[in-house]
Amino acid sequence: MNLVTGLSMLDLARFQFAMTTVFHFFIVPLSIGLGLIVSIMETMYVIKKDDTYKRMAKFWGKIFLLSFAVGVVTGIIQEFQFGMNWSRYSRYVGDIFGPALAVEALVAFFMESTFLGLWMFGWDRFSKGLHLTFIWLTSLGSMFSALWILAANSFMQNPVGFRIDHKFDRAVLVDFPALLTNHQLWTQFPHVIFGTFLAGSFVVMGVSAFSFLRHTKDVTLFKKSIHIASVVALVGTVGVLWTGDMHAYDLQNDQPMKFAAMEGISQDVGGKNEQEAWALVAYTNPKTHETEWSLDVPYLLSILAHHSLTGSNKGTQTINKELHAEFDKKFGKDMSYWVPANTLFYSFRIMAASSMVFGLLGLAAWWVTRAKSSFDFEKHRWVLWIYGIATYLPFVVITAGWFVTELGRYPWIVYGVLTIADSVSPNVTFTSLLVSNILYFLTFSALGGIMIYLARRVMIQGPEPAKSELDNEGATDPYSSAAFAQGGTD
Amino acid sequence: MLQLLWFVLIAVLFSGFFFLEGFDFGIGMSLRTVAKTDAEQDALIDSIGPHWDGNEVWLITAGGAMFAAIPYWYASLFSGFYIILLIILLGLIYRGVSFEFRGSMETSKYRDLWTTISALCSFIVPFFFGVLFTDVVAGMPMDKEGNILATAGFFDYLNVFSIIGGVALALLSYMHGLNYMRLKLLPGELVTRAANQLKVLYPVLLVGEVAFAVALYFSTDFFVEKPVLTVALLAAVVLLTVLSWFASLKNHQMVAFLALGLVIIMIVVLLFVGLFPRVMVATDPANSILLKNATSTPYTLKWMTGIALTTVPIVIAYQAWSFWTFRQRIKVNGK
Repeated sequence: MNLVTGLSMLDLARFQFAMTTVFHFFIVPLSIGLGLIVSIMETMYVIKKDDTYKRMAKFWGKIFLLSFAVGVVTGIIQEFQFGMNWSRYSRYVGDIFGPALAVEALVAFFMESTFLGLWMFGWDRFSKGLHLTFIWLTSLGSMFSALWILAANSFMQNPVGFRIDHKFDRAVLVDFPALLTNHQLWTQFPHVIFGTFLAGSFVVMGVSAFSFLRHTKDVTLFKKSIHIASVVALVGTVGVLWTGDMHAYDLQNDQPMKFAAMEGISQDVGGKNEQEAWALVAYTNPKTHETEWSLDVPYLLSILAHHSLTGSNKGTQTINKELHAEFDKKFGKDMSYWVPANTLFYSFRIMAASSMVFGLLGLAAWWVTRAKSSFDFEKHRWVLWIYGIATYLPFVVITAGWFVTELGRYPWIVYGVLTIADSVSPNVTFTSLLVSNILYFLTFSALGGIMIYLARRVMIQGPEPAKSELDNEGATDPYSSAAFAQGGTD
Repeated sequence: MLQLLWFVLIAVLFSGFFFLEGFDFGIGMSLRTVAKTDAEQDALIDSIGPHWDGNEVWLITAGGAMFAAIPYWYASLFSGFYIILLIILLGLIYRGVSFEFRGSMETSKYRDLWTTISALCSFIVPFFFGVLFTDVVAGMPMDKEGNILATAGFFDYLNVFSIIGGVALALLSYMHGLNYMRLKLLPGELVTRAANQLKVLYPVLLVGEVAFAVALYFSTDFFVEKPVLTVALLAAVVLLTVLSWFASLKNHQMVAFLALGLVIIMIVVLLFVGLFPRVMVATDPANSILLKNATSTPYTLKWMTGIALTTVPIVIAYQAWSFWTFRQRIKVNGK
């Protein structure tokens, strides 16, 4: 504990992890989602041979590239961080966690970065089909990357395929494929991927709305963009609801404390033939860990948790006793198993409520941008403002998702196996951690600020004009034959 | 056996990183030291534009491979060199966004700012990697668990040997970048300036290599433990440098580029050979971490070997194809 700040090393290391992952995870879902949407747009161009789609892919591609650049650099921190701040963790689970990270680099990072380079600089060097392949490979690469990092995270949430090696005091892998067949992964991974659809599509719809507010002349281009994005948004909404439901269902067994806190249940509820009410709002006293008041919707918890009209669930008080009974021998009687209940509860409510908003906005946008629709989307300023503001919503929701997932696992870094407190580097000094926290914070503020500023500029400049396109390209692509034809012999 | 294979594989990954990203750093530095106009800077950035990100993945993979195959090394190295790695990370971050941000800046003032940031970071990263690796082979004060002591002082990290190491790696990267520039850009003023600088830099590099060898003799046990290999590798470094120098003077740019690239690889090989059978050298030899005690289980290593041996050739194939695709030389536009 540091006397001046009142913070411990553990606090700083945890803060750093939260800050860096949350920031990284603002950007990454955006680039995965945008990557997919740009891929779809370029596919439309190749199929329909309509130049609008090409301009569309290039325009959104600019924002995609910005997000990709920031995503890459903030990702490097993550890989280094485990060794820097969490060296005891790295030793304890390196045999399991390391391979997931290494495979991520081998199968995903190389693929996305190389093909992105080819895509970015290769607009006129390759046949349309080949160029299209590049963006799809980039897109696919970024999804592979999500798969492997979530395989690693899923192990931390629901450890499988390992045993404890007592001689070296570490966890070792005994079943590699189990990392990929972990049921946690197959709810978490699709849940995240569908979430990226929402991040990408709402940015496309929002930026289009802002462009309309600025009276862009490219009405068709932006309308078509919204239409494509709205379909992606609808798929994303259905997807997050479906996988979110599956995930919460599993949590009742895998991490009961997380589930109970998410639902604000401190005392056991339900029974064999009883219904369980779902709390719409609630308050849990952080000292007594009792839910002091709540506003309930009857039957809904039974429906959500058991897909039935009746059922029962344990409250946090019971679960706390059970965890002590199960783990006291290993972690000692003084271990606290309480999680920040209100944070989890409201984070989950934000996720659930926003999904409804996403669905409605997606559906409305799809309806009014159909070719048959006579609604002039671009002329209704208040509608445009709604979509403009909605641009930011997915990022709030994604962060809420992180809070539930990571805070709900307390006190463990690997559930039931290793505690967060046992994972920090023993030799890193308070000053080092404080300095790195401050520098990362300043860096992220700068990067985030510049990125938003530049994205806004891309928007103000608008898509490339349709006619003079060929002239422009010669100048922007240093590898194109046009650049050399102009060049000549000096 | 697999333990050794992974030690070698990590050396290969770092070699790949320093070879490929080395010239990216060199090009980055030359934005400020060789290029004079916006157009020249643009041409330089375009010459690495499609590749630098993919090149950097070699580092990410080296880090990941270290974590997966030799986790005790990864944990000890990364936590022990905290501040140095923090500086490297910040360097990589700002350089990583600099190309994209520079291209989007509205005024020449901010464009210039990002050019400077790019050049500065391109120096900082190889310099501190040089410091880090020389520190590793020179040895650090460590405890029995393999943690570098929190009491390790400033001079444990930065000293004559490590500064020579840092300067050497930065200089090598810089010259590697100039050689790359001569290969990738059509002849012109810019390339002539690079060639003129190289004429001066080769003798400087040779002096540096001798200084490095002397410091290596006093700071490490390389000459005691493996005298033959150490001398042979140092001789290879010097000979390849001389070869690269003459090729450069005779305008055999490809030979000059590859020979200097091999110098970088030879230095990585030298450091890894000297390090073996340890992965971390402690001031008190009893606390050094040995490779055989630091790796993952044979089971994990087997899986990783299978995956690496199938994916790495594919990666090399498509990266090579990408270089082949963009082999056309670049011209500096509009003067």
